[in-house]
Amino acid sequence: MSLRVENLSVYYQTLRGDVRALEDASFTVEDGEIMGLAGESGCGKTTLGHSLITLAPPMRLVHGRVTLDGEPLPIADMEAMNEFRFKKVSIIPQYAMNALNPTRKIGKMTQELLRSRHVDYQAILPELKRRLDLVRLSHDVLDMYPIELSGGMKQRMVMVLSSLMNPSLLIADEITSALDVSSQKAVVEMLVEFRNRECCNKAIVITHDISILYQIADTIMVMYAGQLAEKAPTDTIIHGPRHPYTKLLIGALPEIGVKYTEKKLRGIPGSPPLLLDPPAGCRFRERCPVAFEKCLQVPPFVEVARGHSIACWRESGADAQA
Amino acid sequence: MLKLDRVSKVYRVGTFGGKELHAVSDVSFEVEKGQVVSLIGESGSGKSTIGKMILRLISATSGAIYFEGTDIAKLDGPALKEYYRRVQGVFQDPFSSYNPIFKADRIFSMVHDEFFPHAGAREWNDRVEAALQAVGLNPAHVLNKFPHQLSGGQLQRFLIARALLLDIRFLVADEIISMLDASTRIDVLNLVADLKARGLSVLFVTHDLSLGYYISERALILYRGRVVEMGATDKIYSHPLHPYTQMLMASVPRLDRRWEQTEAELQGRPVESLAGCPYFDRCPLADKGLGCARERPALVEGEKDHAVACFAVGKG
Repeated sequence: MSLRVENLSVYYQTLRGDVRALEDASFTVEDGEIMGLAGESGCGKTTLGHSLITLAPPMRLVHGRVTLDGEPLPIADMEAMNEFRFKKVSIIPQYAMNALNPTRKIGKMTQELLRSRHVDYQAILPELKRRLDLVRLSHDVLDMYPIELSGGMKQRMVMVLSSLMNPSLLIADEITSALDVSSQKAVVEMLVEFRNRECCNKAIVITHDISILYQIADTIMVMYAGQLAEKAPTDTIIHGPRHPYTKLLIGALPEIGVKYTEKKLRGIPGSPPLLLDPPAGCRFRERCPVAFEKCLQVPPFVEVARGHSIACWRESGADAQA
Repeated sequence: MLKLDRVSKVYRVGTFGGKELHAVSDVSFEVEKGQVVSLIGESGSGKSTIGKMILRLISATSGAIYFEGTDIAKLDGPALKEYYRRVQGVFQDPFSSYNPIFKADRIFSMVHDEFFPHAGAREWNDRVEAALQAVGLNPAHVLNKFPHQLSGGQLQRFLIARALLLDIRFLVADEIISMLDASTRIDVLNLVADLKARGLSVLFVTHDLSLGYYISERALILYRGRVVEMGATDKIYSHPLHPYTQMLMASVPRLDRRWEQTEAELQGRPVESLAGCPYFDRCPLADKGLGCARERPALVEGEKDHAVACFAVGKG
């Protein structure tokens, strides 16, 4: 039982042509796995997350297949996906602060949400209260308006709602980026707790903050300009990355204990390509310090070690095998 | 060079302004020439308010801010303009710092018209190019473009270049890299460090503790508008004294070690009592015997260059 994504390509339709936001993504998320999805803004990480639950125009499925627990997931069919949304696949959206209806009390809103999914509110109420205890929210919040809660509390409320049906796959989209460090820690630890208590079976955590992923994720997948760059267990990504982009990205992160006078960190020169008309081959080629002729072809995303996949000719290509 | 003396800012809130919100209370510190000082705090701690008061975008309710010995609240007319020649700010969101219908380099011509109307066109162009090169941009690539054609990092460096055109001594950098991507943010951060080498003082406002450590030699930790700990960055980071600072340090996601299995503290009840310690309701060390609820702890120097406002640790 797992989530399998094969050759998934999703483009955005615009008047000037297709924006190729996700190109040929193939990966697997195992049972009980929390996979972190990291990358710069515009690298396609949110596109990937959203395409697994609401692939609505202007997004367009070009090709690709998604299988969830052995069942094909009809991601391109908005109607058919209704069977899966919320119950099998659920999302904690970015900016959860705005995800709650400001004109309804939270309990009332929850009732309406459940009714629209044909779930009995009274039957689920004890479980809802248990979940509120789990995220340390008082039961009184059901009688409150969203404006009465702080950002971190709203985020936790949305987490409870999103995972109420014990989805098989939970997608968490930038759930920490608007929070303070102390509530950040609380929120992501609750996400791990959800997984441990099987409120969700597996999770994809989308964030630009790799240090958060290091704390909670089992595996990390790094994306660059719509292509997968590297996927590996968390410790491997942090301590032994092999893709040049991952190496540079990890090297550019300031840590406590690093001062510019002692160790001057370096950014990555250049900027990501426009996805409207991306360059052929590896899209990191222009900024890559080790690029060579072969990089004009798209490198395959291949497994180089157990659980460690990488898309780079230097690491997996002919010269590496020779 | 810049000195804040018991500065407070009180906002009137509520429907008829009947309630008071103490955004900043009794903050005093100094920034020396060529120093980078970090203001670190969570949202609502008043760190941006302090930056805005230094830039005179808002006025202080009480207390005074001195720049090179003069009280900035008393400046007006030409003296105020002189002040802005020396003190400038760069803000968090580079995209909203520009007017999208004009080209981005309009910010340079505005500086020209306002501050250097007598500089000739050629001389001015040379100076703009020199400033752009100083921030690591290639003038040929970035001039004559609209804001949407430039990346966030480029726009942010544009704003720093604009400040460099003036004869600045002091830069208020308010969360300047929090909206930038990991691969470009470090370049902007290094740029701030280079400015320091040119003798500039920087007030670096941030919520990210690792950035504060990377760049500054002194740091102030703010909580609910009050300084709870201040001193040399090394000392604060190597052994934080205040329980709030300790909690912050433990919550920062790091790449060299995982979080300890301690419970993250959640937000406490909003207490608007002015009398006691602001951290009283969340503090694990709070003890009634120490008077945390009644009395406000003052900043006490625990060791050289490291002061903390806490009864539990300050006296011991």
